[in-house]
Amino acid sequence: MEASTNAVGRKLPAEIGGRVIEPFRGAFAAPGQAEAPRGPGPRPRRAAGRGRPVKLVSSWDELLDRLELRDGMTVSFHHHLRDGDAVVNETVARLAARGLKGLVIAPTALFPTHDKLVPYIESGVIERVEGSMNGRVGEACSRGAMRGLSVLRSHGGRGRAIQAGELPIDLAVIAAPCADPFGNANGLHGKSACGPLSYPEPDSVYAEQVVVVTDGLVPYPCSPWSIKGGNVDYVLEVPSIGDPSRIVSGTTRLTRSPTQLLIAEMAARFVEGTGILREGFSFQAGAGGMSLAAVARVADRMRASGIKASFAHGGATGLLVGLLEEGLLGAIVDLQSFDLEAVRSCRENPRHIESTPFTSYGPQGAGCSAGMLDLALLGATEIDLDFNVNVNTHSDGLLLHGIGGHQDAAAGSSCCVVTAPLFRKRIPIVRERVTTVSCPGEVVDVLVTERGIAVNPRRGDLRERALAAGLPVVDIAELMDAARRITGIPEEPRFKDRPVALVEWRDGGVLDVVRELDR
Amino acid sequence: MSGPSRFLAGAEAKSDCLAAYEPGDSALEIEVSSKVGTLFGKAIRAAAAAAAAEFGAGGRLSIRDDGALDYVVAARVEAALRDAGLSRAPAAGRPVPRREPSSRGRLRRTRLYLPGDQPDLPINAGLFGADSILVDLEDSVAPERKAATRILARRLLESHADFFGSSEIAVRVNPLAESFGAADLEEIVPARPQALVLPKCESAEDVAAYDREVSRLEAAAGLPVGSILFMPIVETARGVAKAAEIAAASERNAALCFGAEDYRRDLGLAKRPDEGEILVARSLVAIAARAAGIGAQDSVFADTEDEAGLEASTLAAKNLGFTGKGVVHPRQIAVVHRAFAPGAAELEAARRVLAAMAAADGRGVVSLDGKMIDAPVAERARRLVEYAESAERAAKGS
Repeated sequence: MEASTNAVGRKLPAEIGGRVIEPFRGAFAAPGQAEAPRGPGPRPRRAAGRGRPVKLVSSWDELLDRLELRDGMTVSFHHHLRDGDAVVNETVARLAARGLKGLVIAPTALFPTHDKLVPYIESGVIERVEGSMNGRVGEACSRGAMRGLSVLRSHGGRGRAIQAGELPIDLAVIAAPCADPFGNANGLHGKSACGPLSYPEPDSVYAEQVVVVTDGLVPYPCSPWSIKGGNVDYVLEVPSIGDPSRIVSGTTRLTRSPTQLLIAEMAARFVEGTGILREGFSFQAGAGGMSLAAVARVADRMRASGIKASFAHGGATGLLVGLLEEGLLGAIVDLQSFDLEAVRSCRENPRHIESTPFTSYGPQGAGCSAGMLDLALLGATEIDLDFNVNVNTHSDGLLLHGIGGHQDAAAGSSCCVVTAPLFRKRIPIVRERVTTVSCPGEVVDVLVTERGIAVNPRRGDLRERALAAGLPVVDIAELMDAARRITGIPEEPRFKDRPVALVEWRDGGVLDVVRELDR
Repeated sequence: MSGPSRFLAGAEAKSDCLAAYEPGDSALEIEVSSKVGTLFGKAIRAAAAAAAAEFGAGGRLSIRDDGALDYVVAARVEAALRDAGLSRAPAAGRPVPRREPSSRGRLRRTRLYLPGDQPDLPINAGLFGADSILVDLEDSVAPERKAATRILARRLLESHADFFGSSEIAVRVNPLAESFGAADLEEIVPARPQALVLPKCESAEDVAAYDREVSRLEAAAGLPVGSILFMPIVETARGVAKAAEIAAASERNAALCFGAEDYRRDLGLAKRPDEGEILVARSLVAIAARAAGIGAQDSVFADTEDEAGLEASTLAAKNLGFTGKGVVHPRQIAVVHRAFAPGAAELEAARRVLAAMAAADGRGVVSLDGKMIDAPVAERARRLVEYAESAERAAKGS
């Protein structure tokens, strides 16, 4: 059954449960735009005759009565409400109450609040997940509780799969902090404001049926209209779509961990020393405390040398908003606001631009925002001697995280820097081979740790510049040995043969197979 | 026989483990539950078994782990077994750490305090460029945890010289005159710390008592007698009054430290923003240290958020003659090093003085820019340049 070995050396079966496995052939090996097969195109919709379409439904029951529901259907969600979201759990509970089973859930990400889905996985209401799995849902997948084969995709890869018809969505449920009765919607206003409403954009265009669920109904026309009412079939008004205190945090904080601060400082020295920091440069960094600290350290250097960045991409935080308003940053291209300041800025500042997965990350476009980046500062659960990165499974084999925009930012940017401590608790980050390949080393250039900086041999240019700048450049194998001297050499987790999830590269090629854990 | 039937050591905290031992005559049973069990379950069991074997222990041992390294597992097991009254089999040897003795004159701008009972702290402590790292067994450790903490510190010194980078490694023991102090020395000295920090010194005899005990233990362990340096702390009115004799009390003394918190408490003083209440005491400590030809170490600055306050406090200490300061968080290190660094202009002037003196070819007095330069001026310039050069070497080493 081991039919092929892909370009990152992973053995893949020829097919799994009827799905033919298309191996990953290289980060940029997909057929060019002209040769790529055309997808089915946006779903055509029509209104019922002359006059105002009536889309507003009065209750969940009325909504579900009017929708076409069937066993095995695919239902999609977005994660802009993060851990405050109430709509995913509510929808699944109501579909389950109607006796539906074998559902495919296609969220852009899940959070701890969605651990409540696990009983529906156990009972067979949910058969598999396409998109992103986190926390207990990922754990349930790892221990084989899902009957079907799940698929993990990046934000760009998910958008591509929807366009290409590889992820047909029967029902898109779009939670919206602000919407009008026609279905136009945004995330900038209302008590549940979350910032951009970016991730559900492809779902709204391509899904068979589209529902907007809102707790902030406003008269037509709502503005701006991130989601276009012409794509929306029904609008349901509910008292609450979630808990605002868990949708965005009050403020996102820089780390206080001395080790993380040291890594952040090293990353900033790298960015400065290699000349990435120059007038008009652009960057993407995560919203974790260490990434924020690295951005703050880079900003200190910008201030000192009078350098301005053209734009920052990805998620927005109060820190980036501060830089934008200070004039150190020309624009924020935002897919997701993490704190109240970012929501305010996205609402008020024309230089704070709301993006979409296609525009930001789409591998099927003639370029995307990620391709305009000079620098992506990303994290990793593990990284191996070939610079392959794992962000999906922990070293003990449990599937606990989605890919997010990791692949897209890494592949798009001119320099992808992974920042990570050499070990977390006792678990080393640099491994001979990562447990799961989430991103190929082909597009990962640098690893910055508290004990040195390793540069991918593919990037001799960066290595030379880093050495010339007096940075502590070491071989990645030395970092692995340094970690092992402290932690000891870990045992390997044991897996069964049964695949439970595929990790797709953004072009649809399969990077790796996640197997059921043997405990 | 009465008393507890179960002996605990450690904690279920990050990078730590809780060892629970129930004595018994049967062959030792070990049960491990760990958050990193899939990856390190066997290693944890092996570390626990090896430590228990040193004591020939039977009975039941259970380990609840959250990512403790092997030396921590071993220390927690040892502490539980010793609490249960077991003693080490005579045959069980201890590793003698290969560690160079420190030198009295080394650069000591910062001494980073690590509470001795937090095993997550030492692993990366050597990465931050502190001149000295100080594992604390005294004020940061609760009395009921003293015994387990000194075992943890000993195992740390025995097995992980690699954690400390180019920093000097010191241990603050408990006062010899009170409980715990003698046991601390007995445990720690054979593991060769480069220096011991001695709290609450109030007389030359206090230091001499440490000296005798440490010499005895060094000899017993087959270590060169006199290689472990001392940093006595004066932190009471009596200590400040006797600062000069304390500073000169032992050949081991490398620096005299001032402890502001306890000093304030002793005199009933409130902390003032300008630290005026400790001015004279600080000054006396700096003078006493200089008179004895050793370094002067200022107290810690406890507010880790207040960078400006730390800088002001450090500059004030520097201006009184202090050569170093205690830090309680790695983020304070760069601030203190910056404050102690000579200014570029100051350094340039000192280099010109030395050049002029070298050109003067043995004449005692020369003139530079119309100012007289004599031996004291030249000496000060020499010390400044030497200091700057050793700081530069330290920066490259870290």
